[in-house]
Amino acid sequence: MRRLQRLLELNPLQGVLNLHPAYCSVLIRFDALVTGHREVEALLRPRLENLDTIALPEPREVEIPVCYGGEFGGDLAEVADMHGITPAQVAARHSSAAYTVDFLGFAPGFGYLSGLPGELATPRLPVPRRSVPAGSVGIAGDQTGVYPFATAGGWRLIGRTPVAMFRPDREPMSLLSIGDRVRFRPISAEEFAE
Amino acid sequence: MILVEAPGLFTTVQDLGRMGCGSIGVSPSGAADAVALRVGNRLVGNPEGAAALEMTLAGGTFAFPEGALAALAGSDFGAILDGGAIPAWTPFRIPPGGRLRTGHTRSGARCYLCVRGGIEVKLFLGSASTHVLSGLGGFEGRSLKKGDILSIGKSEMAEPGRQGAVSDILLPRKPLRVTDAPQSDWFSEAAQSIFYNSGYRVTEEANRMGLRLEGPVIPAPAGGHMITEGVALGAVQIPAAGQPIILFVEQQTTGGYPKIANVISADMSSVGQLRPRDQIRFERVDQTTARALLREQEEAIRAIH
Repeated sequence: MRRLQRLLELNPLQGVLNLHPAYCSVLIRFDALVTGHREVEALLRPRLENLDTIALPEPREVEIPVCYGGEFGGDLAEVADMHGITPAQVAARHSSAAYTVDFLGFAPGFGYLSGLPGELATPRLPVPRRSVPAGSVGIAGDQTGVYPFATAGGWRLIGRTPVAMFRPDREPMSLLSIGDRVRFRPISAEEFAE
Repeated sequence: MILVEAPGLFTTVQDLGRMGCGSIGVSPSGAADAVALRVGNRLVGNPEGAAALEMTLAGGTFAFPEGALAALAGSDFGAILDGGAIPAWTPFRIPPGGRLRTGHTRSGARCYLCVRGGIEVKLFLGSASTHVLSGLGGFEGRSLKKGDILSIGKSEMAEPGRQGAVSDILLPRKPLRVTDAPQSDWFSEAAQSIFYNSGYRVTEEANRMGLRLEGPVIPAPAGGHMITEGVALGAVQIPAAGQPIILFVEQQTTGGYPKIANVISADMSSVGQLRPRDQIRFERVDQTTARALLREQEEAIRAIH
């Protein structure tokens, strides 16, 4: 998937407007006045055979400070209960794992991170919250991620980061890119306030 | 410049949106009725993608201390300029000190106020469009408020047009034409028959991100495990409860619900004119037809002058 994305970025196809990579697919949006499904497929098929030769950039290491629990992670206690461990153990395990950004989607700068320790996997909330504060760190199934903006959302919230995940005045705007390696570093409420 | 005396229900700066940012989770945004925006811009002699004001359901009141050349496109919001009614789809001059007042819609959901020179705002990822969810783009990343002051761009462009009406194929239609979507064949024949033979009502939860519909329940596909994937503009998602959601211009870029159909490009503008409580139906076409309809629409837009 990442190689196909890279290939399409390096050698854009005529009429292609947008790419949406995900776990095991890349959605290609094209201008239907310029090209069509069959044309895009005909151009793409032969290229797929050389996908192995596409080099991927070295993954970057990104550290995200998180204040776990309390007012910042309203679901931490419940997540701990569901797994029969303490909230501190959830935080310790969540912050000791190494994660990979599989793709960004949903909202600007929202990374879907794989690598969540199996014992922390927790289903989404049955009813999504109408508003999740920006910076909230959540778990959904075996994924974890950080909400860059205050949006509705159904992930279980275990903490919050003071770091801006998406800033239009920064280059790159998104803190996370596809393929990045991510670690979470626990911080205190005092550090969060700074 | 434009002084916002009353913003209306929900008025934002929009152009044709930002493409190419899907991989960082940024959807294109842009005008909900791109056809109306393009036509309106042509009428005032702007490039088709110039930024304009998108008004929703009820419009605002705007003062023009220096005057302007303007056009209204899309739905009829009963516009009045200094006491006189202003027809849609026709360019008109606003004298210095003039005041344009718009009210509740008399037809669809959106009306565009295009001014010669376009609305000037700082671009975000190459576009003037407001992305409401992230608070980025447009005028301070938000809908307009009373007292906002907007700049009008310089214009050294084509002569304005004269049109007084647009051809029917540029006006909104209620049966939305759709093609198959990636998971169409996950749905049983019975489920598809319900979808294509029933009327659906637009709920109050209809905005630039998506439109929730209400009608006969479409049985969820059996078995298939959906892996989150990129979702197209106009995708018709069927969550477990069986009520369709049409993803719209400010959509999430990926999603995990199966999609039964996808509104064709030529009918996306019609989606932008749907109001809560409108009744709609879906009509299936193949991709060749969908492309032919888009070309036909494109020719009609280019014929405007």
